[in-house]
Amino acid sequence: MLAHHFAAAWVVARRDFCAVIFSKTFIFFLIGPLFPVFIGAMAGMIGAQVSRDLDNPQIGVAMSAGQGDALIAARDALAPRMAGGVPQFVVLERVSPGLTFDSHAALKKGGNRVAAIVSGTLAAPVLTGTPERVDQWRGQLALFAAEAGRSDSRTYPEVTADKIATSAAKTHTDQAVTAQAGQVLLFLLTMLLAGMVLSNLVEEKANKIIEVLAASIPMDALFLGKLFAMLAVSLVGIAVWGSAYGVLMIFGMKSVPLLATPAVGWSVFLLLGFLYFAMAYLLLGSLFLSIGGMATTVREVQTLSMPVTMMQLMVFFFASYALARPGTWIETLSQVFPVSSPFAMLAHAAQSPEIWPHFVALAWQALWVAVIVRVGAQLFRRTVMKSGPARGRRSWFKRPVAATAR
Amino acid sequence: MKIEPFSSFTGMPVLDNTPPSADLAIEARGLVKRFDGFTAVDGVDISVPRGAIYGILGPNGAGKTTTLRMLLGIIDPDSGYRRVLGHERPTEVARRIGYLPEERGLYPAMKATEAIAFLAALRGVPLKEGRRRGRELLEEHGLGYAADRQIRQLSKGMAQQVQLLGTLVHNPDLVVFDEPFSGLDALNQGKLERMIRSLAERGTTVIFSTHVIAHAERLCDQIAIIAGGKVPFAGPVDAARDRLRPQVRLETRAEGGLWRAALPADARHEGKFWYFTLPESGVEPLLRALIEGDAGILSLSIERPGLHDAFVAIAGEAAARALEETPEAPVERKARR
Repeated sequence: MLAHHFAAAWVVARRDFCAVIFSKTFIFFLIGPLFPVFIGAMAGMIGAQVSRDLDNPQIGVAMSAGQGDALIAARDALAPRMAGGVPQFVVLERVSPGLTFDSHAALKKGGNRVAAIVSGTLAAPVLTGTPERVDQWRGQLALFAAEAGRSDSRTYPEVTADKIATSAAKTHTDQAVTAQAGQVLLFLLTMLLAGMVLSNLVEEKANKIIEVLAASIPMDALFLGKLFAMLAVSLVGIAVWGSAYGVLMIFGMKSVPLLATPAVGWSVFLLLGFLYFAMAYLLLGSLFLSIGGMATTVREVQTLSMPVTMMQLMVFFFASYALARPGTWIETLSQVFPVSSPFAMLAHAAQSPEIWPHFVALAWQALWVAVIVRVGAQLFRRTVMKSGPARGRRSWFKRPVAATAR
Repeated sequence: MKIEPFSSFTGMPVLDNTPPSADLAIEARGLVKRFDGFTAVDGVDISVPRGAIYGILGPNGAGKTTTLRMLLGIIDPDSGYRRVLGHERPTEVARRIGYLPEERGLYPAMKATEAIAFLAALRGVPLKEGRRRGRELLEEHGLGYAADRQIRQLSKGMAQQVQLLGTLVHNPDLVVFDEPFSGLDALNQGKLERMIRSLAERGTTVIFSTHVIAHAERLCDQIAIIAGGKVPFAGPVDAARDRLRPQVRLETRAEGGLWRAALPADARHEGKFWYFTLPESGVEPLLRALIEGDAGILSLSIERPGLHDAFVAIAGEAAARALEETPEAPVERKARR
């Protein structure tokens, strides 16, 4: 009796083992452990880099030529020996004798990462900036000014604090935080859907209804129908959680952190956020639907879900990395590359007031949705909806499971 | 396009009784489909007249399903052309076609009426109208009590009937069944045969694949015999039978005599009967020779060959054996939960 049980168990185990080993998705299982390691390393590196880049303010120097250069030289000499972050000092203007420099106007103008400005003289420096920046750097400036003035190191010059409400650099940093928050939210929302989309066609295949669908309507329509159904599902989810957030805000959850107003304004930003969410979902969803369409069983879908999640993370990391590099080719690439484009463009909306690039980006993304759906549907028709007798396994990666002609 | 009048399979001439294109529901020429280097369908020619019951007869793996899928536009042929209801792209006329695949399937959580309405909606019938027609059809076929039951609560046979009704709910001009009798018990097979006949009487073209010769013989006006991805014969069932000469069974009183010289060369003696092919000259000269030779005829019968014999002659012994060995799908009566 026991032997019979073991024999039966052996039959089942052998089938399952062979089914897994010879499935085309087994490669992903094999290399699966590499994904967390790789992604962990990437996340650490990119996170640190983004954090560094975003919080890398500069102090502008607007002093006479000799004093300004001496101050920068003192900073460069002492900074390596100082713990913590020491901001970079950059020459804003070499102020000629008898002239003054309008630090307030320069800080409001922006266009660079200057978060505070040193003016005056080495003996009586003036630090202009937001209160938190002035308080943060006042001591350091006194030290550098003393070093530059070659005065007795025990005597530090009095730094005059010239506090202003805000600066272009602070606005830039705050908007970058808003951009990052937008990207994170977008990523979380799209990530939740990936698994659901991936397994979407398995139901039809399991129920054998796929052939009726394929004979009745174009495969593209089937793909689009499924995508939009899931989009609608996700919008219901967003509505529920959005309402919950709204209720919390109304009923005294005062400590909810408020983000800086995005460059395009909140209403446009939210509208763009919605549109980019739809596009991000449609782009990733169509891709995952196409990939999931190739899977024949739930097990294959499960095997595929990890690399798919990792792929989403990669896209997110790329967009985050590009966020900290405005104006570079990396940012442009992240905006042009279809799957990262919605993330990058949402960040762009938080940081830049121009609207027209969003029309271009949305059209570009819509074009890619159409292309992916078309190719996915064709691929599905070619690889899944086929007949023909089983010819045995040609290779472990290419399994002619659907090949049964009558 | 000039159509080659010879089958690529046997070199035998294919009967050229093809009606003009306008009278054809389906016209396919030289359809070829390969999968991973294997040729599943190899130059299939089919002409299905409007309003006909047309059978595609062949064993498992012959290429029946692949052919049907190409005709329906589910897959595209690698070469050849097809015209379905006057359109070269079958998907353009999908709303005028009903299709019941061999592997039946519905969404298990759907109610029977909803399932029919869903299938109707796929073919362009508004959902509300589909529900109404679905209820009507279920009532008409004695399944009214199951209208609000989920598919998963129905037996396999009932679920199949629901799908069948869903295939017909939009009153299609062309109905394609892939192995429709597979998995049905004798009672339901009879019901389906009657339904197919009534569809044809209403002018609907019905094309179905089967590996059971008896179904094709009973139902079809025309058939295509398919084996190894090729169609060695396509035409009326009678024409297939006429490929073989009638068989004569003769019983005589006399065992020997001059009359024996009248028997053709293929005559064989089994028990008390002689069996041979009716000579081309007909039965009268044979009878005269037997009488003049004092055969003492006790009985003489002329049997027209059945479709099975014709199939063997056309497709070969191997294909016929494969056809007979094709397993019938099990009939399942228990409810699936």
